Amino acid sequence: MALIDEHVNEAVLKNLDRKENFTLFGLTVPYLFLIFFLIIIPVGWLFYMSFIGRDGSYSFENYERMVTSKSYIRIFLTTFKISFLTTLICALLGYPLTYFMSQLSRKWAGICMIGVLIPFWTSLLVRTYAWLVLLQRKGLINNIAIDLGFISEPIKFVHNTSGTLIGMAHIMLPFLILPLYANMRAIDKDCLKAAANLGATPTRAFWTVFFPLSIPGLLAGLLIVFVICLGFYVTPAVLGGGKIIMAAMKISSNIELYFSWGAASALGVVLLVVTMLILYIASKLVSIDQIGGNK
Amino acid sequence: MSFLNRNVSETQIRLKDRLWLYIFSILVLFLLIVPSLVVIPMSFSGSQYLEFPPKSFSLRWYEAYFFSSSDNGMGFNDWMGATWTSIKVAVLTIFVATPIGTMAAYGLSNSSARVRGILFPIMISPMAVPIILVAIGLFYFFVQFKMVNSITGLVLGHSLVAMPLVLIIVLSALRNYDMNQEKVARSLGASRLRAFFEITLPQIKFSIISACLISFLTSFDEVIISLFVSGGDNSTITRAMFLALRDQIDPTIAAISTVLIIISSGLLLLTQLFGDKKD
Repeated sequence: MALIDEHVNEAVLKNLDRKENFTLFGLTVPYLFLIFFLIIIPVGWLFYMSFIGRDGSYSFENYERMVTSKSYIRIFLTTFKISFLTTLICALLGYPLTYFMSQLSRKWAGICMIGVLIPFWTSLLVRTYAWLVLLQRKGLINNIAIDLGFISEPIKFVHNTSGTLIGMAHIMLPFLILPLYANMRAIDKDCLKAAANLGATPTRAFWTVFFPLSIPGLLAGLLIVFVICLGFYVTPAVLGGGKIIMAAMKISSNIELYFSWGAASALGVVLLVVTMLILYIASKLVSIDQIGGNK
Repeated sequence: MSFLNRNVSETQIRLKDRLWLYIFSILVLFLLIVPSLVVIPMSFSGSQYLEFPPKSFSLRWYEAYFFSSSDNGMGFNDWMGATWTSIKVAVLTIFVATPIGTMAAYGLSNSSARVRGILFPIMISPMAVPIILVAIGLFYFFVQFKMVNSITGLVLGHSLVAMPLVLIIVLSALRNYDMNQEKVARSLGASRLRAFFEITLPQIKFSIISACLISFLTSFDEVIISLFVSGGDNSTITRAMFLALRDQIDPTIAAISTVLIIISSGLLLLTQLFGDKKD
């Protein structure tokens, strides 16, 4: 008898469980609905469009053009070059700063973190505009340099690669610092004490103990910065002054000026595939929570 | 100078050996904060050139911002009109993104690890897909439904970008929350809905407020989606600024930038305050 009761109980519980799961799934439906209609369908459509040629039939001409046309190859090279250099600058400036912050007490690190978060939440356009103002021919930086006698003629900083790099590095730096800081804070300081105890010099302890332990955070930060740079639009458009053409800008001009959806889509698909690949690698290295900017 | 010999780390490194790191770090922090702030003194400049420090002071650029005519020939409404559009869209984004994101976070945090593993990557996809692709995808989609240049289209687009942030914030709040409390309420006869509103919500309310503020800011600062799906009388302030920036360095933008800096740092301050309360 007892056995039968248990079975009845089990069935009821299972049913309740199923109901519960169904309700919980129901709560995610509006979210998934928006994702489906506003991301999956449009991106799927872009994917489809990338295989449609100028005459409306299926073809690979949009992809062929990317390999054969000199202007497309140049855009790919520019995009990678700018993204790579921005990432490198961020690493060189961000690693020592984050290391410094990770060594401070929580209170002081929190104060420094405000310095990182203020630019992070300041409008991208405002920061781009500020650099435009600072770097222009008669801007603050040229004026100071001339007053101090470093240079006699104003240096051209904006509307070229250097201006774009300065602006982009400033915007991307917090994206490197946030995951790296989370990683460095989690490193057990006793490991360093142990190294010192065993006779390692501070430099040696840093390079053989601390640095290897910080590599996952550093790599995640670098990959995120690189990926965001690949899709950058506003800053190179303003600070590059039309001379720096990156993939996102080409996608936009293909649509706005030439109404060439096929060419834009193919470029977009390539950008998407590269981005997803890099993000997949990054997600294996660090949890996504550490990236959002919420300490 | 004995403080220079103080130990500053676990490996007995002395302050003077590490002074370069302190100086370098302070310099980088300075470079992070100060550049965006130079626009503030410049916005009060009396001359029509952007000089620093300004030789004379005036409020003419604020006048240009607040009282500009709608006839500027740049393909958007006047600055104030664009600002109001931005505010309207950002407020509506809060009301779309926060409830939808919170509901999804609640559902996700109570479901099995397997379901979570499948749904979470899909849900944060708006953060992963390059924003330019989201923008042209939306543009194509809205053309089909005649929603280009509409407030609805903008709000949907901005909500799409804000939802993953809401999801991440609320999920992390729910992770620190003991769901058994809701079970207790339900075993005492409360419905699930009532248990959520009376037991769970009061305990995660600061995270929800943070999520609202971040939704607002995300929408308010968004440029690329606005560039593609807004236009004419429904241009946002970011679209108007971008179009103006491409052509010339208009000092009015310094005044607008100052206002934007005040808005975003004010909101950031609020989120930090609520964030520190740690529900």
